[in-house]
Amino acid sequence: MEPLNALVSLSNFMFIPALAYGSQLALGALGITLIYSILRFAHFAHGDTMALGTAAVIGGTFFLQAQGISFGPFPTALLAVPFGLIVMIAYLLAADRLVYRYYRRVKAKPMIFVMASLGVMFVTNGITRLFMGVGETRFEDGERFIFTVRQFRDVTGLAEGMALRSAQAITIVTALIVMVVLFWFLNRTRAGKSMRAYSDNEDLALLSGINPERVVLITWVITAILLVLAGTLFGLDKGFRPFNYFQLLLPMFAAAILGGLGSPIGAIVGAYVVALAELGITYAWRRVFTYLMPEGLEPTSMMQLLPVDYKFAVTFAILVIVLLFRPTGIFKGKVI
Amino acid sequence: MSEPFLIGDAMTGGYGGADILHDCTIAVEKGEIAVIVGPNGAGKSTAMKAVFGMLKLRLGSVRLRGEDITALTPQARVGKGMGFVPQTNNIFPSMTVEENLEMGAFIRRDDIRTTRDQVYDLFPILHDKRRQAAGELSGGQRQQVAVGRALMTQPSVLMLDEPTAGVSPIVMDELFDRIIEIARTGISILMVEQNARQALEIADKGYVLVQGENRFTDTGRALLADPEVRKSFLGG
Repeated sequence: MEPLNALVSLSNFMFIPALAYGSQLALGALGITLIYSILRFAHFAHGDTMALGTAAVIGGTFFLQAQGISFGPFPTALLAVPFGLIVMIAYLLAADRLVYRYYRRVKAKPMIFVMASLGVMFVTNGITRLFMGVGETRFEDGERFIFTVRQFRDVTGLAEGMALRSAQAITIVTALIVMVVLFWFLNRTRAGKSMRAYSDNEDLALLSGINPERVVLITWVITAILLVLAGTLFGLDKGFRPFNYFQLLLPMFAAAILGGLGSPIGAIVGAYVVALAELGITYAWRRVFTYLMPEGLEPTSMMQLLPVDYKFAVTFAILVIVLLFRPTGIFKGKVI
Repeated sequence: MSEPFLIGDAMTGGYGGADILHDCTIAVEKGEIAVIVGPNGAGKSTAMKAVFGMLKLRLGSVRLRGEDITALTPQARVGKGMGFVPQTNNIFPSMTVEENLEMGAFIRRDDIRTTRDQVYDLFPILHDKRRQAAGELSGGQRQQVAVGRALMTQPSVLMLDEPTAGVSPIVMDELFDRIIEIARTGISILMVEQNARQALEIADKGYVLVQGENRFTDTGRALLADPEVRKSFLGG
Protein backbone atom coordinates (compact mmCIF):
# COMPACT_ATOMS: atom_id res chain seq x y z
CA MET A 1 0.00 0.00 0.00
CA GLU A 2 1.26 3.39 -0.91
CA PRO A 3 -1.19 6.00 0.36
CA LEU A 4 1.17 8.86 -0.41
CA ASN A 5 1.34 7.93 -4.08
CA ALA A 6 -2.44 7.56 -4.12
CA LEU A 7 -2.82 11.04 -2.67
CA VAL A 8 -0.40 12.55 -5.17
CA SER A 9 -2.18 10.88 -8.06
CA LEU A 10 -5.53 12.03 -6.75
CA SER A 11 -4.28 15.60 -6.34
CA ASN A 12 -2.81 15.68 -9.81
CA PHE A 13 -5.85 14.37 -11.64
CA MET A 14 -8.66 15.49 -9.40
CA PHE A 15 -8.08 17.92 -6.53
CA ILE A 16 -6.03 20.55 -8.35
CA PRO A 17 -8.14 20.52 -11.53
CA ALA A 18 -11.34 20.54 -9.43
CA LEU A 19 -10.07 23.44 -7.33
CA ALA A 20 -9.24 25.44 -10.47
CA TYR A 21 -12.46 24.52 -12.29
CA GLY A 22 -14.47 25.11 -9.11
CA SER A 23 -12.92 28.56 -8.71
CA GLN A 24 -13.90 29.46 -12.27
CA LEU A 25 -17.44 28.19 -11.66
CA ALA A 26 -17.61 30.03 -8.34
CA LEU A 27 -16.88 33.40 -9.96
CA GLY A 28 -19.57 32.71 -12.53
CA ALA A 29 -22.09 31.41 -9.99
CA LEU A 30 -21.52 34.48 -7.80
CA GLY A 31 -22.65 36.63 -10.73
CA ILE A 32 -25.75 34.47 -11.22
CA THR A 33 -26.64 34.68 -7.55
CA LEU A 34 -26.12 38.47 -7.44
CA ILE A 35 -28.31 39.07 -10.48
CA TYR A 36 -30.92 36.71 -9.10
CA SER A 37 -31.14 38.49 -5.76
CA ILE A 38 -31.00 42.08 -7.08
CA LEU A 39 -32.67 41.96 -10.50
CA ARG A 40 -34.72 38.89 -9.54
CA PHE A 41 -34.33 36.76 -12.62
CA ALA A 42 -32.21 33.84 -13.83
CA HIS A 43 -29.61 35.36 -16.14
CA PHE A 44 -29.42 32.91 -19.05
CA ALA A 45 -27.01 35.07 -21.01
CA HIS A 46 -24.35 34.47 -18.33
CA GLY A 47 -22.24 31.94 -20.25
CA ASP A 48 -22.26 33.80 -23.53
CA THR A 49 -21.55 37.21 -22.04
CA MET A 50 -18.64 35.52 -20.30
CA ALA A 51 -17.46 34.36 -23.74
CA LEU A 52 -17.75 37.89 -25.15
CA GLY A 53 -15.80 39.36 -22.24
CA THR A 54 -13.12 36.74 -22.70
CA ALA A 55 -13.04 37.44 -26.44
CA ALA A 56 -12.33 41.09 -25.63
CA VAL A 57 -9.50 40.04 -23.33
CA ILE A 58 -8.09 37.78 -26.07
CA GLY A 59 -8.29 40.64 -28.56
CA GLY A 60 -6.39 42.82 -26.11
CA THR A 61 -3.85 40.05 -25.53
CA PHE A 62 -3.14 39.63 -29.26
CA PHE A 63 -2.79 43.40 -29.61
CA LEU A 64 -0.31 43.55 -26.74
CA GLN A 65 1.62 40.58 -28.11
CA ALA A 66 1.79 42.28 -31.52
CA GLN A 67 3.28 45.32 -29.79
CA GLY A 68 5.88 43.03 -28.24
CA ILE A 69 4.57 43.62 -24.74
CA SER A 70 4.59 40.68 -22.34
CA PHE A 71 4.05 40.17 -18.62
CA GLY A 72 7.20 38.15 -17.93
CA PRO A 73 6.35 34.75 -16.49
CA PHE A 74 2.65 35.66 -16.24
CA PRO A 75 0.16 35.36 -19.10
CA THR A 76 -0.14 38.55 -21.16
CA ALA A 77 -3.91 38.11 -20.89
CA LEU A 78 -3.80 39.45 -17.31
CA LEU A 79 -2.63 42.80 -18.71
CA ALA A 80 -5.56 42.80 -21.14
CA VAL A 81 -8.15 42.18 -18.40
CA PRO A 82 -8.83 45.93 -17.83
CA PHE A 83 -9.69 46.29 -21.52
CA GLY A 84 -12.03 43.29 -21.29
CA LEU A 85 -13.63 44.85 -18.21
CA ILE A 86 -14.38 48.09 -20.01
CA VAL A 87 -15.94 46.22 -22.93
CA MET A 88 -17.96 43.96 -20.63
CA ILE A 89 -19.24 46.76 -18.39
CA ALA A 90 -20.26 48.79 -21.43
CA TYR A 91 -21.95 45.75 -23.00
CA LEU A 92 -23.91 44.74 -19.90
CA LEU A 93 -25.01 48.30 -19.18
CA ALA A 94 -26.09 48.68 -22.80
CA ALA A 95 -28.04 45.42 -22.56
CA ASP A 96 -29.66 46.69 -19.38
CA ARG A 97 -30.52 50.03 -20.95
CA LEU A 98 -31.89 48.50 -24.17
CA VAL A 99 -33.59 45.38 -22.83
CA TYR A 100 -34.00 44.84 -19.12
CA ARG A 101 -34.78 48.39 -17.98
CA TYR A 102 -38.01 48.43 -19.96
CA TYR A 103 -39.20 45.23 -18.28
CA ARG A 104 -38.26 46.63 -14.88
CA ARG A 105 -40.32 49.71 -15.57
CA VAL A 106 -43.43 47.70 -16.53
CA LYS A 107 -42.76 45.36 -13.59
CA ALA A 108 -42.66 42.28 -15.82
CA LYS A 109 -42.80 38.78 -14.33
CA PRO A 110 -39.46 37.01 -13.77
CA MET A 111 -40.19 34.58 -16.61
CA ILE A 112 -40.36 37.50 -19.07
CA PHE A 113 -36.93 38.60 -17.86
CA VAL A 114 -35.57 35.09 -18.34
CA MET A 115 -36.86 35.03 -21.92
CA ALA A 116 -35.37 38.48 -22.53
CA SER A 117 -32.03 37.26 -21.23
CA LEU A 118 -32.34 34.26 -23.55
CA GLY A 119 -32.60 36.75 -26.42
CA VAL A 120 -29.58 38.64 -25.15
CA MET A 121 -27.79 35.28 -24.99
CA PHE A 122 -28.38 34.54 -28.70
CA VAL A 123 -27.30 38.02 -29.76
CA THR A 124 -24.20 37.90 -27.58
CA ASN A 125 -23.34 34.46 -28.87
CA GLY A 126 -23.58 35.75 -32.45
CA ILE A 127 -21.33 38.72 -31.73
CA THR A 128 -18.70 36.51 -30.11
CA ARG A 129 -18.64 34.08 -33.05
CA LEU A 130 -18.44 36.96 -35.49
CA PHE A 131 -15.14 37.99 -33.93
CA MET A 132 -13.71 34.69 -32.75
CA GLY A 133 -15.21 32.01 -35.01
CA VAL A 134 -16.37 28.71 -33.58
CA GLY A 135 -12.99 27.02 -33.28
CA GLU A 136 -10.61 26.96 -30.37
CA THR A 137 -8.33 29.92 -29.65
CA ARG A 138 -5.38 29.47 -27.31
CA PHE A 139 -3.98 32.59 -25.74
CA GLU A 140 -1.98 31.27 -22.82
CA ASP A 141 1.63 32.41 -22.79
CA GLY A 142 4.36 33.03 -20.20
CA GLU A 143 5.60 30.27 -17.91
CA ARG A 144 3.32 27.25 -18.37
CA PHE A 145 4.17 25.39 -15.18
CA ILE A 146 4.87 26.28 -11.57
CA PHE A 147 6.33 22.78 -11.33
CA THR A 148 6.11 19.83 -13.72
CA VAL A 149 5.54 16.12 -13.07
CA ARG A 150 9.23 15.43 -13.63
CA GLN A 151 10.38 18.17 -11.23
CA PHE A 152 7.95 16.91 -8.60
CA ARG A 153 9.21 13.34 -8.95
CA ASP A 154 12.85 14.41 -8.80
CA VAL A 155 12.29 16.43 -5.63
CA THR A 156 10.09 13.96 -3.75
CA GLY A 157 11.39 10.67 -5.13
CA LEU A 158 7.82 9.33 -5.37
CA ALA A 159 6.74 7.06 -8.21
CA GLU A 160 3.69 9.18 -8.89
CA GLY A 161 4.06 12.71 -10.20
CA MET A 162 2.10 15.90 -9.80
CA ALA A 163 2.12 19.10 -11.83
CA LEU A 164 0.81 22.55 -11.08
CA ARG A 165 0.14 24.67 -14.13
CA SER A 166 0.42 28.45 -13.85
CA ALA A 167 -3.13 28.88 -15.16
CA GLN A 168 -4.42 26.73 -12.30
CA ALA A 169 -2.42 28.54 -9.65
CA ILE A 170 -3.41 31.97 -11.00
CA THR A 171 -7.05 30.87 -11.08
CA ILE A 172 -7.10 29.71 -7.49
CA VAL A 173 -5.28 32.78 -6.15
CA THR A 174 -7.35 35.25 -8.18
CA ALA A 175 -10.64 33.62 -7.20
CA LEU A 176 -9.64 33.75 -3.54
CA ILE A 177 -8.78 37.47 -3.74
CA VAL A 178 -11.97 38.28 -5.66
CA MET A 179 -14.13 36.42 -3.12
CA VAL A 180 -12.53 38.20 -0.16
CA VAL A 181 -12.94 41.61 -1.83
CA LEU A 182 -16.54 40.84 -2.80
CA PHE A 183 -17.49 39.82 0.73
CA TRP A 184 -15.77 42.87 2.13
CA PHE A 185 -17.70 45.03 -0.34
CA LEU A 186 -21.09 43.45 0.43
CA ASN A 187 -20.68 43.49 4.20
CA ARG A 188 -18.65 46.59 4.92
CA THR A 189 -19.35 49.29 2.35
CA ARG A 190 -22.39 51.52 2.07
CA ALA A 191 -23.00 50.53 -1.56
CA GLY A 192 -22.67 46.83 -0.73
CA LYS A 193 -25.07 47.07 2.19
CA SER A 194 -27.57 48.96 0.05
CA MET A 195 -27.41 46.04 -2.41
CA ARG A 196 -28.19 43.56 0.35
CA ALA A 197 -30.98 45.77 1.65
CA TYR A 198 -32.48 46.01 -1.82
CA SER A 199 -32.25 42.24 -2.20
CA ASP A 200 -33.89 41.73 1.22
CA ASN A 201 -36.82 44.11 0.94
CA GLU A 202 -37.23 46.20 -2.19
CA ASP A 203 -40.07 48.41 -0.87
CA LEU A 204 -38.38 49.22 2.40
CA ALA A 205 -35.14 49.98 0.54
CA LEU A 206 -37.07 52.50 -1.54
CA LEU A 207 -38.54 54.03 1.63
CA SER A 208 -35.05 54.28 3.07
CA GLY A 209 -33.92 56.36 0.11
CA ILE A 210 -31.90 53.67 -1.69
CA ASN A 211 -31.91 54.37 -5.42
CA PRO A 212 -32.79 51.12 -7.24
CA GLU A 213 -31.22 52.16 -10.56
CA ARG A 214 -27.93 52.74 -8.77
CA VAL A 215 -28.11 49.33 -7.10
CA VAL A 216 -28.79 47.75 -10.50
CA LEU A 217 -25.84 49.61 -12.03
CA ILE A 218 -23.45 48.43 -9.31
CA THR A 219 -24.74 44.87 -9.74
CA TRP A 220 -23.97 44.87 -13.47
CA VAL A 221 -20.50 46.31 -12.90
CA ILE A 222 -19.68 43.62 -10.32
CA THR A 223 -21.13 40.95 -12.62
CA ALA A 224 -18.94 42.23 -15.45
CA ILE A 225 -15.83 41.97 -13.28
CA LEU A 226 -16.73 38.44 -12.17
CA LEU A 227 -17.54 37.35 -15.73
CA VAL A 228 -14.36 38.69 -17.32
CA LEU A 229 -12.18 37.16 -14.62
CA ALA A 230 -13.99 33.79 -14.66
CA GLY A 231 -13.94 33.67 -18.47
CA THR A 232 -10.28 34.65 -18.79
CA LEU A 233 -9.17 32.16 -16.15
CA PHE A 234 -11.25 29.39 -17.74
CA GLY A 235 -9.81 30.25 -21.16
CA LEU A 236 -6.22 30.27 -19.88
CA ASP A 237 -6.83 26.91 -18.22
CA LYS A 238 -8.72 25.10 -20.99
CA GLY A 239 -8.57 27.22 -24.15
CA PHE A 240 -11.25 29.50 -25.54
CA ARG A 241 -14.18 28.10 -27.48
CA PRO A 242 -17.54 29.95 -27.49
CA PHE A 243 -19.57 26.75 -27.24
CA ASN A 244 -17.75 25.64 -24.07
CA TYR A 245 -18.72 28.91 -22.42
CA PHE A 246 -22.34 28.39 -23.33
CA GLN A 247 -22.11 24.94 -21.78
CA LEU A 248 -20.75 26.43 -18.55
CA LEU A 249 -24.24 27.82 -17.98
CA LEU A 250 -25.42 24.47 -16.62
CA PRO A 251 -22.72 23.90 -13.97
CA MET A 252 -22.83 27.59 -12.97
CA PHE A 253 -26.58 27.47 -12.39
CA ALA A 254 -26.27 24.09 -10.69
CA ALA A 255 -23.67 25.61 -8.34
CA ALA A 256 -25.78 28.67 -7.54
CA ILE A 257 -28.93 26.60 -6.93
CA LEU A 258 -27.12 23.88 -4.99
CA GLY A 259 -25.59 26.52 -2.71
CA GLY A 260 -28.89 28.37 -2.36
CA LEU A 261 -29.87 31.10 -4.82
CA GLY A 262 -29.13 34.54 -3.48
CA SER A 263 -26.44 33.31 -1.11
CA PRO A 264 -22.91 34.31 -2.21
CA ILE A 265 -21.23 31.85 0.14
CA GLY A 266 -23.59 29.18 -1.19
CA ALA A 267 -22.54 29.90 -4.77
CA ILE A 268 -18.90 29.32 -3.84
CA VAL A 269 -19.52 26.10 -1.92
CA GLY A 270 -21.89 24.88 -4.63
CA ALA A 271 -19.29 25.55 -7.32
CA TYR A 272 -16.63 23.42 -5.61
CA VAL A 273 -19.12 20.61 -4.95
CA VAL A 274 -20.19 20.58 -8.61
CA ALA A 275 -16.58 20.65 -9.79
CA LEU A 276 -15.56 17.80 -7.48
CA ALA A 277 -18.60 15.74 -8.48
CA GLU A 278 -18.01 16.26 -12.21
CA LEU A 279 -14.39 15.24 -11.96
CA GLY A 280 -14.88 12.54 -9.33
CA ILE A 281 -17.57 10.64 -11.17
CA THR A 282 -15.81 10.79 -14.54
CA TYR A 283 -12.36 10.03 -13.10
CA ALA A 284 -10.68 6.64 -13.62
CA TRP A 285 -9.97 5.57 -10.04
CA ARG A 286 -7.91 2.50 -10.97
CA ARG A 287 -4.55 4.08 -10.27
CA VAL A 288 -5.57 5.40 -6.86
CA PHE A 289 -6.99 2.04 -5.83
CA THR A 290 -3.94 0.22 -7.13
CA TYR A 291 -1.91 2.19 -4.61
CA LEU A 292 -4.44 1.81 -1.81
CA MET A 293 -5.50 -1.84 -2.02
CA PRO A 294 -3.34 -4.66 -0.62
CA GLU A 295 -1.26 -6.56 -3.15
CA GLY A 296 -3.26 -9.02 -5.22
CA LEU A 297 -6.50 -7.07 -4.81
CA GLU A 298 -5.73 -4.37 -7.36
CA PRO A 299 -8.71 -3.48 -9.54
CA THR A 300 -8.65 -4.78 -13.07
CA SER A 301 -11.17 -2.36 -14.58
CA MET A 302 -10.71 1.41 -15.04
CA MET A 303 -13.06 2.06 -12.09
CA GLN A 304 -14.59 4.97 -13.96
CA LEU A 305 -18.27 5.53 -13.17
CA LEU A 306 -19.01 7.52 -16.33
CA PRO A 307 -16.99 8.54 -19.41
CA VAL A 308 -15.72 12.12 -19.35
CA ASP A 309 -18.21 13.10 -22.07
CA TYR A 310 -20.95 12.64 -19.50
CA LYS A 311 -19.72 15.23 -17.04
CA PHE A 312 -22.65 17.52 -17.79
CA ALA A 313 -24.99 14.64 -17.05
CA VAL A 314 -23.48 14.58 -13.56
CA THR A 315 -24.20 18.30 -13.12
CA PHE A 316 -27.68 17.86 -14.49
CA ALA A 317 -28.33 15.04 -12.05
CA ILE A 318 -27.15 17.25 -9.16
CA LEU A 319 -29.48 20.01 -10.32
CA VAL A 320 -32.49 17.67 -10.54
CA ILE A 321 -31.78 16.08 -7.16
CA VAL A 322 -31.40 19.48 -5.45
CA LEU A 323 -34.56 20.85 -7.02
CA LEU A 324 -36.51 17.76 -6.01
CA PHE A 325 -35.29 17.27 -2.48
CA ARG A 326 -33.90 20.59 -1.25
CA PRO A 327 -34.96 23.40 -3.57
CA THR A 328 -33.61 26.06 -1.20
CA GLY A 329 -30.10 24.65 -1.55
CA ILE A 330 -27.45 24.14 1.12
CA PHE A 331 -27.56 27.69 2.51
CA LYS A 332 -31.34 28.23 2.42
CA GLY A 333 -31.60 30.44 -0.60
CA LYS A 334 -34.69 31.42 -2.53
CA VAL A 335 -36.73 28.92 -4.51
CA ILE A 336 -36.95 29.50 -8.24
CA MET B 1 -57.82 77.29 14.56
CA SER B 2 -54.17 77.27 13.63
CA GLU B 3 -52.81 74.85 11.04
CA PRO B 4 -51.84 71.44 12.52
CA PHE B 5 -48.27 70.19 12.14
CA LEU B 6 -49.29 67.52 9.62
CA ILE B 7 -52.70 67.31 8.00
CA GLY B 8 -54.27 65.15 5.34
CA ASP B 9 -57.08 67.50 4.49
CA ALA B 10 -60.38 66.32 2.95
CA MET B 11 -58.64 63.41 1.21
CA THR B 12 -60.61 61.55 -1.47
CA GLY B 13 -59.07 58.76 -3.52
CA GLY B 14 -58.25 55.06 -3.85
CA TYR B 15 -55.93 52.61 -5.60
CA GLY B 16 -57.31 53.23 -9.10
CA GLY B 17 -60.90 51.88 -9.23
CA ALA B 18 -63.45 53.17 -6.76
CA ASP B 19 -62.60 55.71 -4.07
CA ILE B 20 -61.80 54.26 -0.68
CA LEU B 21 -61.42 57.55 1.17
CA HIS B 22 -64.24 60.06 1.07
CA ASP B 23 -63.47 63.56 2.27
CA CYS B 24 -61.37 62.13 5.07
CA THR B 25 -59.30 64.42 7.29
CA ILE B 26 -56.47 63.26 9.55
CA ALA B 27 -54.21 65.65 11.44
CA VAL B 28 -51.57 65.56 14.15
CA GLU B 29 -50.07 68.34 16.26
CA LYS B 30 -46.42 68.63 17.16
CA GLY B 31 -45.35 66.13 19.80
CA GLU B 32 -48.81 64.61 20.04
CA ILE B 33 -50.18 61.16 19.34
CA ALA B 34 -53.02 60.78 16.85
CA VAL B 35 -54.65 57.39 16.45
CA ILE B 36 -56.82 56.14 13.62
CA VAL B 37 -59.25 53.40 14.67
CA GLY B 38 -62.28 51.82 13.07
CA PRO B 39 -63.71 48.51 11.91
CA ASN B 40 -62.01 46.27 9.35
CA GLY B 41 -62.04 47.72 5.86
CA ALA B 42 -62.71 51.23 7.14
CA GLY B 43 -59.75 52.57 5.18
CA LYS B 44 -57.50 53.17 8.20
CA SER B 45 -54.31 51.97 6.53
CA THR B 46 -55.39 53.59 3.29
CA ALA B 47 -55.76 56.95 5.04
CA MET B 48 -52.28 56.54 6.48
CA LYS B 49 -50.81 55.60 3.10
CA ALA B 50 -52.56 58.60 1.55
CA VAL B 51 -50.88 60.90 4.06
CA PHE B 52 -47.53 59.31 3.18
CA GLY B 53 -48.11 59.61 -0.56
CA MET B 54 -48.46 55.92 -1.34
CA LEU B 55 -51.72 56.44 -3.21
CA LYS B 56 -52.90 59.20 -5.47
CA LEU B 57 -55.51 61.60 -4.13
CA ARG B 58 -58.26 62.77 -6.42
CA LEU B 59 -59.23 65.58 -4.08
CA GLY B 60 -57.80 67.13 -0.97
CA SER B 61 -54.24 67.85 0.06
CA VAL B 62 -51.52 66.88 2.51
CA ARG B 63 -49.66 69.65 4.29
CA LEU B 64 -46.60 69.45 6.53
CA ARG B 65 -45.75 72.57 8.56
CA GLY B 66 -48.20 74.41 6.31
CA GLU B 67 -46.30 73.36 3.18
CA ASP B 68 -48.31 71.52 0.51
CA ILE B 69 -46.60 68.14 -0.06
CA THR B 70 -49.46 66.44 -1.94
CA ALA B 71 -47.37 65.98 -5.09
CA LEU B 72 -44.27 64.54 -3.38
CA THR B 73 -43.25 60.87 -3.62
CA PRO B 74 -42.96 58.87 -0.38
CA GLN B 75 -39.15 59.01 -0.66
CA ALA B 76 -39.25 62.80 -0.94
CA ARG B 77 -41.52 62.92 2.13
CA VAL B 78 -38.87 60.95 4.06
CA GLY B 79 -36.48 63.73 3.12
CA LYS B 80 -38.98 66.26 4.50
CA GLY B 81 -38.92 64.59 7.91
CA MET B 82 -41.61 61.92 7.74
CA GLY B 83 -40.89 58.41 8.94
CA PHE B 84 -43.09 55.47 8.01
CA VAL B 85 -43.26 51.98 9.53
CA PRO B 86 -45.26 49.63 7.27
CA GLN B 87 -47.43 46.97 8.89
CA THR B 88 -45.56 44.01 7.39
CA ASN B 89 -42.19 43.52 5.70
CA ASN B 90 -40.85 46.44 7.69
CA ILE B 91 -37.31 45.16 8.29
CA PHE B 92 -34.38 43.82 6.26
CA PRO B 93 -34.49 40.23 7.57
CA SER B 94 -31.06 38.96 6.51
CA MET B 95 -29.22 42.04 7.75
CA THR B 96 -28.15 42.60 11.34
CA VAL B 97 -30.08 44.93 13.65
CA GLU B 98 -27.29 47.47 13.39
CA GLU B 99 -27.28 47.30 9.59
CA ASN B 100 -31.05 47.78 9.61
CA LEU B 101 -30.59 51.00 11.54
CA GLU B 102 -27.78 52.04 9.20
CA MET B 103 -30.00 51.49 6.17
CA GLY B 104 -32.72 53.55 7.86
CA ALA B 105 -30.26 56.43 7.87
CA PHE B 106 -29.21 55.85 4.26
CA ILE B 107 -30.19 59.35 3.14
CA ARG B 108 -28.09 60.94 5.89
CA ARG B 109 -24.50 61.76 5.12
CA ASP B 110 -23.56 62.97 8.62
CA ASP B 111 -22.54 60.98 11.67
CA ILE B 112 -25.42 58.70 12.63
CA ARG B 113 -23.92 57.32 15.84
CA THR B 114 -25.76 59.68 18.20
CA THR B 115 -29.12 58.79 16.67
CA ARG B 116 -28.23 55.10 16.75
CA ASP B 117 -27.35 55.31 20.44
CA GLN B 118 -30.64 57.12 21.11
CA VAL B 119 -32.49 54.24 19.43
CA TYR B 120 -30.50 51.78 21.56
CA ASP B 121 -31.42 53.77 24.68
CA LEU B 122 -35.07 53.61 23.69
CA PHE B 123 -34.93 49.90 22.84
CA PRO B 124 -32.13 48.38 24.96
CA ILE B 125 -32.84 44.89 23.62
CA LEU B 126 -31.75 46.05 20.16
CA HIS B 127 -28.36 46.96 21.56
CA ASP B 128 -27.97 43.43 22.94
CA LYS B 129 -28.98 41.90 19.61
CA ARG B 130 -27.27 44.39 17.33
CA ARG B 131 -25.10 41.77 15.63
CA GLN B 132 -27.97 39.35 15.07
CA ALA B 133 -29.95 39.08 11.83
CA ALA B 134 -33.18 41.01 12.28
CA GLY B 135 -35.18 38.18 10.73
CA GLU B 136 -34.20 35.88 13.61
CA LEU B 137 -35.79 38.11 16.27
CA SER B 138 -39.21 37.71 17.89
CA GLY B 139 -42.23 39.60 16.57
CA GLY B 140 -42.04 42.31 19.22
CA GLN B 141 -38.31 42.79 18.73
CA ARG B 142 -38.79 43.05 14.99
CA GLN B 143 -41.32 45.83 15.52
CA GLN B 144 -38.73 47.60 17.64
CA VAL B 145 -36.21 47.24 14.81
CA ALA B 146 -38.81 48.61 12.40
CA VAL B 147 -39.58 51.62 14.58
CA GLY B 148 -35.88 52.15 15.26
CA ARG B 149 -35.12 52.05 11.54
CA ALA B 150 -37.73 54.76 10.87
CA LEU B 151 -36.32 56.91 13.70
CA MET B 152 -32.85 56.92 12.15
CA THR B 153 -33.69 59.76 9.77
CA GLN B 154 -34.57 61.88 12.84
CA PRO B 155 -38.13 62.42 11.55
CA SER B 156 -40.46 65.07 12.93
CA VAL B 157 -43.47 62.82 12.26
CA LEU B 158 -43.50 59.07 12.77
CA MET B 159 -46.27 57.10 11.09
CA LEU B 160 -46.98 53.60 12.36
CA ASP B 161 -49.28 51.15 10.59
CA GLU B 162 -50.58 48.75 13.28
CA PRO B 163 -47.33 48.54 15.24
CA THR B 164 -48.79 45.99 17.66
CA ALA B 165 -50.20 43.59 15.06
CA GLY B 166 -49.34 40.04 16.07
CA VAL B 167 -47.49 40.76 19.31
CA SER B 168 -48.44 39.61 22.80
CA PRO B 169 -50.40 41.95 25.17
CA ILE B 170 -47.32 42.47 27.36
CA VAL B 171 -45.18 43.45 24.39
CA MET B 172 -48.03 45.66 23.17
CA ASP B 173 -48.09 47.63 26.44
CA GLU B 174 -44.34 48.06 26.25
CA LEU B 175 -44.49 49.24 22.64
CA PHE B 176 -47.15 51.80 23.59
CA ASP B 177 -44.92 53.03 26.43
CA ARG B 178 -42.06 53.46 23.97
CA ILE B 179 -44.34 55.32 21.56
CA ILE B 180 -45.33 57.75 24.34
CA GLU B 181 -41.65 58.22 25.08
CA ILE B 182 -40.95 59.01 21.42
CA ALA B 183 -43.78 61.56 21.38
CA ARG B 184 -42.33 63.25 24.48
CA THR B 185 -39.15 64.02 22.54
CA GLY B 186 -41.27 66.24 20.28
CA ILE B 187 -41.92 63.77 17.46
CA SER B 188 -45.53 63.69 16.27
CA ILE B 189 -47.01 60.21 16.05
CA LEU B 190 -49.72 59.15 13.67
CA MET B 191 -50.75 55.54 13.98
CA VAL B 192 -53.35 53.04 12.90
CA GLU B 193 -54.41 50.57 15.58
CA GLN B 194 -56.55 47.44 15.86
CA ASN B 195 -56.44 47.53 19.65
CA ALA B 196 -58.69 50.59 19.73
CA ARG B 197 -59.21 50.88 23.48
CA GLN B 198 -55.52 50.75 24.47
CA ALA B 199 -54.57 53.02 21.61
CA LEU B 200 -57.17 55.66 22.46
CA GLU B 201 -55.93 55.65 26.04
CA ILE B 202 -52.58 57.03 24.94
CA ALA B 203 -53.97 59.19 22.12
CA ASP B 204 -54.16 62.97 22.26
CA LYS B 205 -56.43 62.81 19.27
CA GLY B 206 -58.54 59.95 17.95
CA TYR B 207 -60.12 59.42 14.55
CA VAL B 208 -62.85 56.86 14.12
CA LEU B 209 -63.15 56.02 10.43
CA VAL B 210 -66.03 54.13 8.88
CA GLN B 211 -66.08 53.34 5.15
CA GLY B 212 -63.42 55.88 4.42
CA GLU B 213 -65.19 58.75 6.19
CA ASN B 214 -64.59 60.51 9.50
CA ARG B 215 -67.30 59.23 11.86
CA PHE B 216 -66.02 60.60 15.18
CA THR B 217 -63.10 62.90 15.88
CA ASP B 218 -62.18 63.98 19.39
CA THR B 219 -59.52 63.58 22.05
CA GLY B 220 -58.74 60.00 22.94
CA ARG B 221 -60.27 60.42 26.39
CA ALA B 222 -63.50 61.89 25.02
CA LEU B 223 -63.90 59.10 22.48
CA LEU B 224 -63.40 56.48 25.20
CA ALA B 225 -66.12 58.19 27.23
CA ASP B 226 -68.56 58.58 24.35
CA PRO B 227 -71.27 55.93 24.82
CA GLU B 228 -71.93 55.63 21.09
CA VAL B 229 -68.27 55.06 20.24
CA ARG B 230 -68.04 52.55 23.08
CA LYS B 231 -71.11 50.68 21.91
CA SER B 232 -70.20 50.54 18.22
CA PHE B 233 -66.44 50.28 18.18
CA LEU B 234 -65.07 49.35 21.57
CA GLY B 235 -67.38 46.46 22.35
CA GLY B 236 -69.44 48.15 25.09
